[in-house]
Amino acid sequence: MTIVYDDLGDEATADFPARRIRFTINGAKKVAEVEPRLLLAHLIRRGVGLTGTHMGCDTTNCGACTVLVDGKAVKSCTMLAVQVDGHTVETVEGLATASELHPLQEGFKEEHGLQCGFCTPGMMMAAKALLDANPDPSEEEVRWALSGNLCRCTGYQNIVKSVLWAADKLRSASG
Amino acid sequence: MYPSRFRYEAPRSLAEAISLLHEGGEAKVLAGGQSLVPLMKLRFATPELLVDINNIGGLDYHREDADGTLRVGALCRHADLERSALLPGKQPTMAAAAPLIADPIVRNRGTLVGSLCHADPQGDWASVMVALGGSVVAQGPTGRRTIPVADFVTGPFENVLAPDEIAVEAVVPPHRGTPAGGYLKLERRVGDFATVGVAVAVETSGGTVTRAGIALTGVGGSTIACTEAAGALTGQALTPQVIEQAADLAAGAAKPRTDHRGSAEYKRHMVRTFVVRILSRTGPAAGEQAAAGQPGPGPEAERAA
Repeated sequence: MTIVYDDLGDEATADFPARRIRFTINGAKKVAEVEPRLLLAHLIRRGVGLTGTHMGCDTTNCGACTVLVDGKAVKSCTMLAVQVDGHTVETVEGLATASELHPLQEGFKEEHGLQCGFCTPGMMMAAKALLDANPDPSEEEVRWALSGNLCRCTGYQNIVKSVLWAADKLRSASG
Repeated sequence: MYPSRFRYEAPRSLAEAISLLHEGGEAKVLAGGQSLVPLMKLRFATPELLVDINNIGGLDYHREDADGTLRVGALCRHADLERSALLPGKQPTMAAAAPLIADPIVRNRGTLVGSLCHADPQGDWASVMVALGGSVVAQGPTGRRTIPVADFVTGPFENVLAPDEIAVEAVVPPHRGTPAGGYLKLERRVGDFATVGVAVAVETSGGTVTRAGIALTGVGGSTIACTEAAGALTGQALTPQVIEQAADLAAGAAKPRTDHRGSAEYKRHMVRTFVVRILSRTGPAAGEQAAAGQPGPGPEAERAA
């Protein structure tokens, strides 16, 4: 149903009754042949093999599948894979570098921002979209930005602290 | 969950999109997809053809004409309206509603025009647009027509669009006085349907109401236009007595049902409370506050404990 190739610039050879799309995910260029009804979340998980993006409710409620498309947070269970043709996707796997955690990941570690961890990738990506737009959010702004993401373990207190920790770290690094 | 199979087209122009729809068969137009995609996944919607309009340029605007008419394009997202610099001073009812639609992530994709087309009886924007006397502009093979929102929706999830028409724009007529009003939504948590939603839009001139619109969300089988309540405001100064009278009429127009979100009595009471609350802040001071205030964290939401 889905085949993902490394984009080598030449035309892929397979002749599928599917649609060919090109997209960038975490900096890597990809070509995929997708059936139009394939969801973005499934392209990411099964096609590209990045299983950090979690499928929780599958009904646009929980936000566990949140990724960034062109820098904006979206619920990847509620977008078709064909719609990222020509666009850029960021997932939780794109946060850390080979040697360093992203400040958001550090923040969740330092402030104990997760328990079971299921919602965490979505929380981090929603938080990344917030901090990219607003490097110095108030606690209320963090809560507002994460209000589309559900967590059943933490009661949110430590998640909010984690995001504020990351904001501090990012500001001190850039200032 | 997967949608059933469909043919997908992503045209680059409205003319191309309309000619695809004109071919016939069961087709749906995809804008933000935040209602349509879930419906397709649940197989409540099983279109043969999906026409994705996201690649059509020039539909993501919201702007004011020289005469004060507000136009919202089919690809203007809820988030664009939430962050709008234009709305707080010019369209306080819309500015109040935008941050209360669904949740912040859904607002990045979903659109006002799409919400109106989806015609969910619990939709927030329908009430706002009914209160403002707004319209939908539909484009088909033979041209454009403008349909008042009150006539656009014919029933739950039903609208008057012909199979080969696309809703390209929502329109709010120019104000004749100073605009004021708001939208208040009682919801159990972010993203839930409104337990009660109240949209109030008034225009005042010299302390007198020159136009009023009140509409309700979530307290009947559809959006409820409170024409009697609005009529009680028109031509009057917004004294506590006039406000109370309009609030009573609005509460009387509600047809709430007791359900897991609350009792009918409670919902009716909240309609009254919200009308009073919005109108009591209306006037010169409230207008200035609306113009200066950013639609930021938790503005008008009333969340039940």
